[in-house]
Amino acid sequence: MTRIDVGSVLRHSANVPFSDLVTRPTGAAVRRCIEREIAALNAGDVALLDFSHIGMMDYSCADEVVAKLLLTLAAQGSAPGGVVFHGITDAHLEAIEVVLDHHGLALVVQFADGGARLVGAVTDDEREIWEQVNARGSAVAEEMATAAGRELVDMARILDSLRRRRLLRHDGATYAPVGPVQ
Amino acid sequence: MTAVITLPSSLDDLSFEQVLDQLAPHPADAKVIVDARHTTFATPFGLTALLTLAQTRTDMAEFLPPEDPDTLSYWARAGFFRHAEELFAVRGTVPRPRVAGESEVLLEVTPVTKSDDVHSVVERIQQKAAHILINKLHLEPRATMGFTMTLSEACQNIVEHAGRGGWVMVQAYRYKKRLGGRLVMVIAVCDAGVGFRRSLESGQRRPLTDRWDDAMALETAVVNSVSRYGEAGRGQGLKGIRGYVHRRDGKLSVRSGTARIAYVPPWDDDVPRREDLAPFPGAQLQITIPERVGAAA
Repeated sequence: MTRIDVGSVLRHSANVPFSDLVTRPTGAAVRRCIEREIAALNAGDVALLDFSHIGMMDYSCADEVVAKLLLTLAAQGSAPGGVVFHGITDAHLEAIEVVLDHHGLALVVQFADGGARLVGAVTDDEREIWEQVNARGSAVAEEMATAAGRELVDMARILDSLRRRRLLRHDGATYAPVGPVQ
Repeated sequence: MTAVITLPSSLDDLSFEQVLDQLAPHPADAKVIVDARHTTFATPFGLTALLTLAQTRTDMAEFLPPEDPDTLSYWARAGFFRHAEELFAVRGTVPRPRVAGESEVLLEVTPVTKSDDVHSVVERIQQKAAHILINKLHLEPRATMGFTMTLSEACQNIVEHAGRGGWVMVQAYRYKKRLGGRLVMVIAVCDAGVGFRRSLESGQRRPLTDRWDDAMALETAVVNSVSRYGEAGRGQGLKGIRGYVHRRDGKLSVRSGTARIAYVPPWDDDVPRREDLAPFPGAQLQITIPERVGAAA
């Protein structure tokens, strides 16, 4: 897992001496820098975007830094193995949730205690199954279907949807969280 | 011939219409005197809108400052004269402007022309605003973040859409006309730029409808969250402002061109939509967040 300090990116890429992520131009500059760092990762590597040093974030910046980044990664369909958001607080969440809902996107937030949460536009089924995989550490579709009393084809469809949205990793037949903090 | 525009004794977003009604018959290059001598109260909207008015005059207007010493002193502390002296020919002497940031005003009249100005405004106001919102308006800590986001988005509208610089001011005061004197936090953001209608036209974002005027443009942008930019993520700023204001039982009004729309809370009796107002360039926005009752410690 490779950590990208968004606070540091803000200071250097956007040349802003503040800790708040506000305005579209600032967000666009930060996103471009993050995209370059992610593009340099090895295939399958997980990018940990660390917002610990970010004060507040407005809607415009959340749209640029979070939503557009996820849209770009989805469009690329290749490396990295996933993106995990770390250091997210209430100061960021209000704007992030709004833009994710607006675009129909979702992301994984990793908390300092190792816990993780799915944020954004997901169905109840997707959230429930994601939480089960996250609790187990890894799972295959068959055992998940049996445990949940669901049809295998139904379970496989939901797991694959979570994988395509980079909310789960997939290794052979095994699905796993996109990566705990190490 | 010089036209005298007399300011009302109490200058706020609604009484400013009297100013624009007086100004309407006079072209931008007409000689104008703006007479504030008998004005004894001005909201952030009043002060920022006055500077915006000055920006619309091709022939510099004269300005007669308030005679009341307390009013004069407050306008100086609010940073009004610091900018007014560049835009108006101010008659007489006014209190010397203090260094920016020294006053007890939450955010003095501050120019907004570029993105860096928004960063600076957000940085300057956060701690002071949080203190007042939590301790005086009795809002929960998360509300302070939404307030700063709202301020940031409101200022960004100038940078992104106005085409010229504008003004922002934030102040907390007792709202004597309504709310039984409860404390309110008020953000005013005014510019004399292109306004909502021309902004949407420039991005070819005008809805397919026969009727197209300032009121429709305001409805398209403020109510339906349509931006002049066609990107999917655009328009969320005003939508976010609307949501924040609604959650806090606040009031939002936006004026542009000849129309004004407002999200009116139960404690106010403003009308949601006004049309055929005196024309005025740009966009003028006001957000009012009231003190929460029944939550004081």
